[in-house]
Amino acid sequence: MARRESLPNWRDRRRLLVSWLAMPTAAVAALLVGAVMLLSLGANPFSGYRALLDGAFGSGDAIVNTAIKSIPLLLVGVGICIAFRANVINIGGEGQMVVGGLASAATALALPSLPAPVLVPLVLVAGAVGGGIWGAIPGSLKAYFNVNEILSTIMLNIVAVQVMNYLLSGPLVDDEFSGFSAIPQTQRLSANADLPVLIGGTNLHAGVIVAALAAVVAYALLWRTGFGFRLRAVGLSREAAAYAGMPVKRTITLALTLSGAMSGLAGAVLVFGSASHRMVTDGSATGFTGSAGFNGIVAALFGGLNPLWTILSSFVFGGLLVGGNAMQVAVQVPTALIVALNGVLVVFVVAIERARRRYSLRLEAAPPSSAEPRPPEPSAEVTGAVAEPSDGGRAAVQVSERLEE
Amino acid sequence: MSEFFTLAVLTATVASGIRLATPFLLASLGETMGQRSGVLNLGVDGIMLLGAFGAYYTVLHTDSLWLGVAVGTGIGVVLGLITAVVSVTLKAEQGVSGIGIYLFGLGLSDLLFQKLVGTPVPIRSFPTVRIPILADIPTIGDMLFEANLMVYVAFLLVPLLAFVLNRTTYGTNVRAVGENPAAADSVGVSVARTRYSTVITGSALAGTAGAALAIQLGIFQQNLTQGQGFIAIALVYFGAWRPIGVMAGALLYGMVASTVLAWKTLGIIPRGASDLAAMAPAVLTVLALVVVARRVRQPASLARAFERGE
Amino acid sequence: MGKKRVRWMRLAVVLAVLVIVAAACGDDDEPEADGATGPTEATGATEATGPTGATETGEPFRVALVAPSATNDLAFTQSMFDALGTLEESENLEIAVSDNLFVVEDAGSAIRNYASEGYDLVIAHGSQYGASVEEIAQDFPEVSFAWGTAGDTFGQPNVFAYQAASDQGGYVEGVLAAGLTESKVIGVVGPIEVGDAKLYVDGFQAGVEATDPSIDVRINYTGSFSDVGLAAEAARSFVAAGADVMTGTAQMVVGAVGVAEGNDVAWFGTQSDQTSLAPDVVVASQVYHWEVVLQDIIALIREGTLGGETYTIDLANGGEVIAYNDAYEVPEDVVASAEEAVAGLMDGSIETGATAG
Repeated sequence: MARRESLPNWRDRRRLLVSWLAMPTAAVAALLVGAVMLLSLGANPFSGYRALLDGAFGSGDAIVNTAIKSIPLLLVGVGICIAFRANVINIGGEGQMVVGGLASAATALALPSLPAPVLVPLVLVAGAVGGGIWGAIPGSLKAYFNVNEILSTIMLNIVAVQVMNYLLSGPLVDDEFSGFSAIPQTQRLSANADLPVLIGGTNLHAGVIVAALAAVVAYALLWRTGFGFRLRAVGLSREAAAYAGMPVKRTITLALTLSGAMSGLAGAVLVFGSASHRMVTDGSATGFTGSAGFNGIVAALFGGLNPLWTILSSFVFGGLLVGGNAMQVAVQVPTALIVALNGVLVVFVVAIERARRRYSLRLEAAPPSSAEPRPPEPSAEVTGAVAEPSDGGRAAVQVSERLEE
Repeated sequence: MSEFFTLAVLTATVASGIRLATPFLLASLGETMGQRSGVLNLGVDGIMLLGAFGAYYTVLHTDSLWLGVAVGTGIGVVLGLITAVVSVTLKAEQGVSGIGIYLFGLGLSDLLFQKLVGTPVPIRSFPTVRIPILADIPTIGDMLFEANLMVYVAFLLVPLLAFVLNRTTYGTNVRAVGENPAAADSVGVSVARTRYSTVITGSALAGTAGAALAIQLGIFQQNLTQGQGFIAIALVYFGAWRPIGVMAGALLYGMVASTVLAWKTLGIIPRGASDLAAMAPAVLTVLALVVVARRVRQPASLARAFERGE
Repeated sequence: MGKKRVRWMRLAVVLAVLVIVAAACGDDDEPEADGATGPTEATGATEATGPTGATETGEPFRVALVAPSATNDLAFTQSMFDALGTLEESENLEIAVSDNLFVVEDAGSAIRNYASEGYDLVIAHGSQYGASVEEIAQDFPEVSFAWGTAGDTFGQPNVFAYQAASDQGGYVEGVLAAGLTESKVIGVVGPIEVGDAKLYVDGFQAGVEATDPSIDVRINYTGSFSDVGLAAEAARSFVAAGADVMTGTAQMVVGAVGVAEGNDVAWFGTQSDQTSLAPDVVVASQVYHWEVVLQDIIALIREGTLGGETYTIDLANGGEVIAYNDAYEVPEDVVASAEEAVAGLMDGSIETGATAG
């Protein structure tokens, strides 16, 4: 990515320097905190970090693992982009993944002998429908009953877990198989529903394509359709959108439904792309999702709530998670360290990101132009005729602005 | 079913519901303070976990319950200061930084536990305190006035915080900062200082909630809270940002959970349905809010950083 | 949309910095031994144990444990971790652990990592790891894998499988519990009605009923393997219902044990010895001794047999032991009937009738 020629003036140069240094500074600061923690655990931070990097990106296998890990993060993240753009806070990714996984697993159990070209799309659709329903509930509760979505999505996560435990310890479990199971899980699901492997000799499955496609489609939906425009308009100001005659309630419901559908799809991919080809849990949502329902939120926010950038941020986050396990193998520190380190990284990055933007704004104070530099963007924004509601300065990353009601 | 309505079982179920509600209540009250001033703290669960570990570890080594509670609260203060620096001074997006704090607390509490303690060793639990006279009231006395001290502390905080928020200058400032920080700023109320105070108070209470949980159970374990901090945040919305409402939410949640447990124990809920019954608290909390269906409005500036001259 | 472009560049810079940091340490950290017990320090570790006079049976046997929960969970994972610890000296083991890997993909990559590091034995300690073991074992025919709890080696020559007949110990503890209760109410705290937990609970119930059918066994599956608070309140509800003996299984029971101690209710443990949690009320615990299986597996591997066997630990082979708490006095006739049950289960004249489904 070569920087364009002809920077207008010193301000831009300094701003550029600051923005280039901001993220690395945050990352290095977090790594230093991690190094201190590693040292206090008696492990060599250099060996640890090298193992982390090797484990995440160091070989073909590592990159495949990272890609697989990033699939659910990306799908959930895409759903988060849709919801947050409509100013709807979806914390229900975990539950929506669970219900999506259950719906897809039930479909495969009911119709195991369908040919793969039919069954694979069918289970994915089932997952999306399941997750979509789990998103539509809080969506319509918010739109029509004024029930806050943070409350309802958190509560529905709890409900989803219990539904899962019920179904995976009885109704969805084959009697013949149940005797071998020490934990709630289905039998090995129909091989016809396996997501096809893309590269022989690896586990890289078609879920990668599904997720990337979902990101592209969501981007097009948000920025190239009337629905997307309405959705973002509702997100910026519900009152203004209503004043303009937009169907605000329906839009809110649909936004959370679509968001849930993406997470549900993530759940289905998790089931049929997993090495075990079963739906497995330890009785908690995390046991099935690996916390992707939460991590996907972080990925989406780092991607600026833009589905295309979320592809990249999911991959980096997936790498951190995969590398963390490799680090445990190499220097024998508990994986809890990686969880804590992720937290430190998130805090540092959001803190410095905002500080950087404010610094840029201050430098920018004199010229009356927009808050951020705007080099020509390959994918032009929606037609110039329609005023673009999401102007650069009020960047989407800010959950804060999304929370206003 | 008739067995459920025996005095002993009913009393125990109500007392159990109150105990279950206590950590929620403490954390929710703290979150209410922060949100009233316009700061959303999603890191409550992480703060609870570190507070719980701190309290557990302290009691394990000193055998002093109150020192344990103090340490748990103190950890909450420290994390509250960090949260305030990040979300008030640095003006970072509150949703994301909160998730960061959560992950930090989740990981660090587990790491410290594995390294410093290893195998769980039980600690002393809070003694039961009978309130003289009140505890002698038949039935109600046993239900309400024979609990551990943290329960009383949590419930006494409800009127106290309601008074502070609604009847004091400080409370007026807090609400003003949460509704219209620019206006508050223009009349000389320091938005930053007010938000620092509420965030630190709120986090301190989250730390206390963690300490109460760990000491009430007499044990610590990886992810001891099981996401209780997130439920506590949900209960703030349930309670419409009012301490009394928050208390109602916490009690509803705790009572339904304890009733379900009692019914399972008595065989009223068949074993096959026990997973389904476990979702009852969550379902009923949502349904209750649907039925009540108030037009509640959240603090106008919730989760928005304040920029002077914005 | 320029800021997006900037963000892309920032991410690129982050990656670049990471690569540089890694490259920098890649150059110089080979020679330095850092004291960590990582696989790369294998030789250093051996030298360190050498002078202490540990068994010098040549090369250390390198074994890796991949497990779903923490090694100190006082339950499933700890039972295996402790077994490895018991054998560390006598078998000259070099042990590496990856715990808290519930998610199959994460565990799979850890299993693969250990296999490619050339470990002699990789223990995949979770029944959900089956598919990963099956696949990875094919890629590393010279590495031996042990998988449990499960009864299937996939017909592969380098996979062992192991499981536990937890219903047997449950049955014996049920007999003991029936002998101890005076209120004739016994409470059982379970996680989810499935697998090992169900097997234990059903065995326990069968043991109580075989001794005294009039006893009321109440079972409360809380719906969580990890919610300590809920387990504690479930135990309190038993106390309110008049129970004077309780048991429970899975890692969240630490909460219930505390309640048992606070109310002076007798407690029976399982999976590992829970006496330390409540020395006054724990009567006995069913303890898994996986070392019975491990010793056999290690011996076979040293002889060159890398798999093919399926093991079940039970009372008869010593893999399950009822560990009594010496401080808790149990009437002699009760102990006698428990010993009778142990004998009957060993020779097959008693069957628990429990199934994991």
